[in-house]
Parts: sequence; C-alpha cells; structure tokens
Amino acid sequence: MMTTTSRPAGTPDADAQTARRRRGVPWLLLATLGVVGLLVASLFTGQYDVVGADDGAWMFAVTRVPRTVALVLAGAAMAVSGLVMQMLTQNRFVEPTTTGTTEWAGLGLLAVTVLAPTASIMARMGVAIGASFIGTMLFFLVLRRITLTSSLVVPVVGIMLGAVVGAVSSYLALATNSLQYVSVWFAGSFTSVFRGQYEPLWVVLLVLVAIVVAADRFTVAGLGRDVATNVGLNHDRVVMLGAGLVAVATGVVAVVVGNLPFVGLVVPNVVALRRGDDLRSNLPWVVVLGVGLVAACDLVGRVVIAPFEVPVSLVLGVVGSVVFITMLVRGRRRG
Amino acid sequence: MADTLLAPAEAASALTPERPTPRRSGAFATPRDARRYALLVVGLVLVALGLVAAYLLLDNPGRPGSAGYWLVAQRRATSIVVIAVVAFCQGLATVAFQTVTGNRIVTPAILGFEALYVTVQTAGVYFLGVAGLTALSGVPQLLLQIGVMVALAVALFGWLLSGRFANLHVMLLVGVVLGTGLRSVSSFMQRLLTPSEFDVLTARMFGSVSNADASYLPVVIPLAGLAGGALLWRSRRLDVLSLGASAATGLGVEHRRETRIVLTLVAVLVAVSTALVGPMTFLGFLAATIAYQVSGTFSHRHVLPVAVLTAFVVLAGAYVTLKHVFYAQGMVSIIVELVGGTVFLVVLLRKGRL
Repeated sequence: MMTTTSRPAGTPDADAQTARRRRGVPWLLLATLGVVGLLVASLFTGQYDVVGADDGAWMFAVTRVPRTVALVLAGAAMAVSGLVMQMLTQNRFVEPTTTGTTEWAGLGLLAVTVLAPTASIMARMGVAIGASFIGTMLFFLVLRRITLTSSLVVPVVGIMLGAVVGAVSSYLALATNSLQYVSVWFAGSFTSVFRGQYEPLWVVLLVLVAIVVAADRFTVAGLGRDVATNVGLNHDRVVMLGAGLVAVATGVVAVVVGNLPFVGLVVPNVVALRRGDDLRSNLPWVVVLGVGLVAACDLVGRVVIAPFEVPVSLVLGVVGSVVFITMLVRGRRRG
Repeated sequence: MADTLLAPAEAASALTPERPTPRRSGAFATPRDARRYALLVVGLVLVALGLVAAYLLLDNPGRPGSAGYWLVAQRRATSIVVIAVVAFCQGLATVAFQTVTGNRIVTPAILGFEALYVTVQTAGVYFLGVAGLTALSGVPQLLLQIGVMVALAVALFGWLLSGRFANLHVMLLVGVVLGTGLRSVSSFMQRLLTPSEFDVLTARMFGSVSNADASYLPVVIPLAGLAGGALLWRSRRLDVLSLGASAATGLGVEHRRETRIVLTLVAVLVAVSTALVGPMTFLGFLAATIAYQVSGTFSHRHVLPVAVLTAFVVLAGAYVTLKHVFYAQGMVSIIVELVGGTVFLVVLLRKGRL
C-alpha cells in the first residue's frame, strides 16, 4: 500500500498532489497485477479439467470466462456504489446493504416473480432497479429530514429501514410460498453465472463510465449542500444522479448475482484511510480493490469445501463484518 | 418522593386561587394530565381483560363444560400467559434500551439477538435434520440459549463500553454488524436444506406464540420477572439517565455503570422473549412509541407500565382479530412487524432529531 503520508484532498498545493498521485501509480499497477493474478486463478479453479478434457475450451468459454467477467463487474459496481453513496451522504458507514437498497431490490425482484412469473430478465431487472431507486431516495429523504447527533446512527437507521422492507418481503414470500427462493437469493453467489445469463451485468460498465465522468461533481457534493451550492453545483440534481446510478448498479447485480454485503463499505473506507476523499483519483483504487476482494472471497468459497461451493456472500459477510468491526473499534480511539 | 415534591406546589396553588392550572413538579404538568393518565391505564387494563376473555372464550369448538372445552381453554390460557410474558419483556426492554442509547427509534432486537436465534435454529436443522429442532427444545436447551445470548451481549457491552474510548454508538453499530454477519451464515445453511426441512424451520423463524411450550413457563416467568422488576425498581435512575451522560453524572448517577446494568437487564429480557417465541423486531418499538405518545409524561415509572400494557394489547389484539375475523393466525408476527415497520417509517420522517 501507499507509504506517503495521507493529506486531505483538495489542498491548494496542486503540485504536491500531482506528485503524490504519480508516486501512487506504481503501487496501483502492482495492485492491479495482483488482482489480475487472482482473476487468472479464478479462471483455472474448478472441478472440470478445462485444459485436458476434449470440450475443455468450450466449457472454459461458457462458464469460467463469464464467471470471471461477472466477478470483475459486480465487484467494481458494488465498491463504487458504496463510494458514491458515502460521498453523497457525507457518511463513512453508508453502502447499499446499510441503507436498505439491497432489500428494496430484493422486494422488487420478489414482486415481479410473484406477479409475473414469466417476465423476462430485462423486465425483472427494470423492476429491481426501480425499487432500489425508490429505496435509495427514501433513505436520502429520511437523512435530509432529520438532524443527526452522531454519524454512527445513520447505518442503524438504514438497517432498520431495510428490516421494514425485509418484513414486507417475507410477508409476500410466505403468502406465496417462495420463502426459500428469497433466502437463496439473499445468499449472492456466482455459481449460476454462465454464458447467456450474465450479459445484463455489462450495464454496470456504463454506470462506471458515468461515475468517472461525474466524479468531480460527487466530490464537491461530498463537501455538503451549502458548499456545493456556493460553488455553483445543483446539489439536488447531483444527488438524484448519484442515487440513480447506484440504483442501476445495485439492481443489476441483485438480479444477476444476488446480495454482496460489505464490499461497498470496506473497500472505499480502506482507500479513504490512505488517500483522503478525492473521488476521481480514488476511483481506480476502489475498482481494483473491490474486484480483488470479491475475487479473493469467491476463490476462498470455491476452494474450502470443494467439490462444493460456499456462496461468496457468506465469505464476504464474515470477512466484511470482521474488517468493519475492526475499523469501528480502532476508529473510536480517534473519536 | 413525588408526594413530597408535589406538596409545596399544591400549597402554593392554594395560596393563589386565581391561577386555574398551576404548573407542578413531578411526572405530570397539570392535575388534568395525571387524571388522563389514570384513565388511560384503567382503559388499557379493561381492553386487555376484554381481549383475554375474547381469546379464551370465543369460538371454542367443545361443548361448554365438557372435557374438550376445558382442554382448549387451558391451551389458550397458556398462550395468553406467553403473550403476557413477551409483552412484559419487549415493552420494558425497548423503553429502557431507548433511554440508555438516547435514541427513540432503535429496538434492542437489532443488536443481533434475532440473528443469533435464527442461526442457532438453522444450525440445529442443518446439522441434525428435523430431529435437530426437537433436540433444541426442552427446558435445559432453552436456558442454554438464553444463557448464550445474554453472555454474548454482556461480552459485547463489557468490551465496547469499557476503557477510555467507550462509545455507545459504536457498540450499537458493532451489534448490528455482528447480526448481519450471523445472518449470512444462516442464509448459507438455509440454502442447503431440503424444502421439507426448510418448512419445519420456517415455523421457528417467525415469532409465534405456538413456538412456546407450557413447560417453559415456570422457568421463564421468574427470570423475566426478576429482570423486569429490577428495571422497574430502577425507573427513577432511568429518568436521570435519560438526561444524558454529563447531567446524570452531575446528579450523582454513575453513568457508565448504570448503563451496563440496564443493558444487561435488557439483554436478559430480550433473550427470554426471543428464546420463548422467536423474533419480534418491531413489537417493542411499536409499544414504546405508542406509550410515549399516549401517556403524556417522560417519567419511566409511568411510561414503563403503559408500554407493557400496550405491547399486550397489540399482540393479543392481533391474535384475536386475525383468528376470529380473518382466520389467519399464522400471520400474526408478520402483521405486527408490518404495522410496526410502517409506524417506524412515519415516526422517522416526522422526527426532527436523532
């Protein structure tokens, strides 16, 4: 990781900042190499012998490549979503799983499964995206309506909101006998990713591009509503844009993969600890580490009880909660 | 103590008869509020008794006086006692927890108790099959479950509320995150269950009075009674705690020590309720919110009993209505969660401060 002392972003000393950024580049390349190594390992991990068997190349193209691509896209999407939400709410503990956004996506998915069982994957995705957008906006609305005494209350509110939506989901699921479907969905996993099924995930790439284009706006919005308005930014519009992008990313990942807890929380926080809050220069780091975390957890899940698989969400849930709690406990020392 | 505080104020009002409703110190601002409170308690007790009668007597399939009639009535009486225990635990625990955390929108259930309960039940089915649930029921196992939940909660408080950097909000968040971690463990195990095993587990995953066994009651009632009694006995200290850490310390209450005692009692109450009937996330929240709305005072000695009565009326009312009006008894906990969740949203949006 970086050895330079981290300074707050946005210091007027632009030269020093550029220099710092340049010094960061070799480290970023190194991290990228490491993650590429993980992805190659992911391509060649599994029960089927893709090198020796006759139809190995075909299996490789149909299952291994899509799975690895899905890992990259989903990991990047969740990590960047977390980063954008943390900017917009000015709160370090916010990400799609601590705001109820994932629960909303699940509710939308369940509703469409119950009401229109024959709906195409695009229709499902549309509903899930719409539901996550409603959920994200509702959370932002709540945050705007209340004055907070502590930033630590925000995720508690979000998780309670998620619990409310979860209660609605389980009512619906129990009434229609699809409870096990819901619980299987909640355990996100890349097991069922293969050619012909994962392609909608490419939408995430568009979201990433949009976030890179709008990165500086999000950084300014992260300075607060008043500052942002003062420097000529339409704060409401940027918040809407951010919520929309996060909803698209969460909705797509929810439909194709399922729930990936803590990625959006752990990765941006680790990056921000080292590098401060400049969204544009942090983005490559967040993408690389997000992909790395999801790829590593998926590999662990595939190896520990081979030939069976532990879903990646379980590994992420355990690893993520340990890292998060460590961060919280160490963070309270600084107050 | 309240009487001695009231006396000078009443004397003053006797001296100045031209002021119609003088402010008084004590739990209520005016005598009218005090009368309203008394009426409220009487009303709630009457409604509760009415619900008990309706629950016990309505639609009994047996002929009055026959053996079958008494058998059904006896089973229903057990359920009513279970409802009362749950209402007592959840009502007291939530009000006390909200006071200690200085936050009116949380419920102790989010501290990972429910996730732990679901994990234990799921692990039982996962490792031992359907027989696992039978192996998990029984008085010693119930005590073991309560013991594990309380021990974990106390360890959490002990770890995070000691030392120079004690922070209640960090503790809250750590509890919530632990719950999320546990939940992903149990949803993995649920994935591997056969549908029939999953069906058996589902009955346990939602709070239901029918999860409780009559043989649990002799163990559970004294436990809940002791912890709840201790909380009621401390209600004046809770009043002081609600003023915040510095004010409480200034008034001579050891804030940190008192917080830990109250949290431990809360842990016992929630563990008892969860081990008895399963998760009931928003019941306590609903009861506490309504209790503060209707009782018109912040004095814990007055709010705590109202919260218990409200929880009882809500839960028993839900059972009676759903059983005799909609014929959907199994949905009770989910309906309570839905209503509680909606009230939570409304309160959240109307509230200005957290």
